Amino acid sequence: MAEFRLPKNSRISKGKHHPAPDGAKNVKTFRVYRWDPDSGENPRVDSYDIDLDDCGPMVLDAVIKIKNEIDPTLTFRRSCREGICGSCAFNIDGTNTLACTKGIDEVKGDVKIYPLPHMPVVKDLVPDLTHFYAQYASIRPWLRTQSPAPPDKERLQSPEDRKHIDGLYECILCACCSTACPSYWWSGERYLGPAILLQAYRWLVDSRDEATGERLDDLEDPFRLYRCHTIMNCTKTCPKGLNPAKAIAEIKKMMLARRGL
Amino acid sequence: MVTDNRPLSPHLQVYRPQLTSVMSISHRITGLLLSLGMVMVTAWVVALAAGPEAFASLNELLASPVGLVALLLWTLSLFYHLLNGIRHLFWDAGWMLDLKGAYASGWAVLVLTVILTAIVWGGLL
Repeated sequence: MAEFRLPKNSRISKGKHHPAPDGAKNVKTFRVYRWDPDSGENPRVDSYDIDLDDCGPMVLDAVIKIKNEIDPTLTFRRSCREGICGSCAFNIDGTNTLACTKGIDEVKGDVKIYPLPHMPVVKDLVPDLTHFYAQYASIRPWLRTQSPAPPDKERLQSPEDRKHIDGLYECILCACCSTACPSYWWSGERYLGPAILLQAYRWLVDSRDEATGERLDDLEDPFRLYRCHTIMNCTKTCPKGLNPAKAIAEIKKMMLARRGL
Repeated sequence: MVTDNRPLSPHLQVYRPQLTSVMSISHRITGLLLSLGMVMVTAWVVALAAGPEAFASLNELLASPVGLVALLLWTLSLFYHLLNGIRHLFWDAGWMLDLKGAYASGWAVLVLTVILTAIVWGGLL
């Protein structure tokens, strides 16, 4: 059920302010969600004044600078710093994106950074993605076949067939889209969400996969697939420019097509 | 590891409203208003059956400022829900289902809603 207010233990209290060093001329304020599991206190938003003349261009540069120079307790995931690992996905300036590919200059005013929305928080900007990954595993995201594999080579695919998974295989599972989706907020326990459904479609259209019928059977469910109401927040927010909404619509069309409709 | 005290990260509180989500929730709200409009139509028909006096007094209520605002909202809801419903049918067929298409069709729905409502009220007044 849709629960619009945050639970009592999740409401945000006022945090600490960390002023910029003396003599800083080009200052921007970063407001960062903090929650310490050991404190027993509610989450808070700390603000950090950063001297942009002494900071890299991306939001991730600023977050790393905060951790290195101001507050080493700040906790977040990051790895590749070039938009391919999907670790540093946060809610930045009101929309979900990767901190490493979001320029600080793209944000007007203070830079507000929250963890991915409507997720259990492990600490600070780290959400618990256990359920998200379990949902990914549930679609069995690997090549499923009946026919024996060719003894001396890979299962081949024509260039035309290969084109079908363009716009799908690029997904890095950062969870930006799923956690931008109001349907996933309200029904995420059972609705698979845009990221997982895009992956499901990626295997449905792979010419080498032989479990298409079974995969569609698994998705034929009022919640798993049909909680998508084409809100389009997923496509709007995808940091890789992919289109999960389109993938979901194509799955719905496959459902109708196999019934001869 | 204790995990049951984990807070829920903020969602509606922090997510930026945008054309995609605002038009989606508006579709639901206008659907609700249309249902209320049906109650009004029923009341109108019942008043008609109840005789000229009841009919006249209901018409008077509808012609009052509050009644007119309600009727205006009803017409706006009707055209918005109709046009956005067509937009959803297009999407279900896989058409215009990208960001460019969603924004172009979204703005078209909003502009046409205002134009059609203006035509209806222009004809009435």
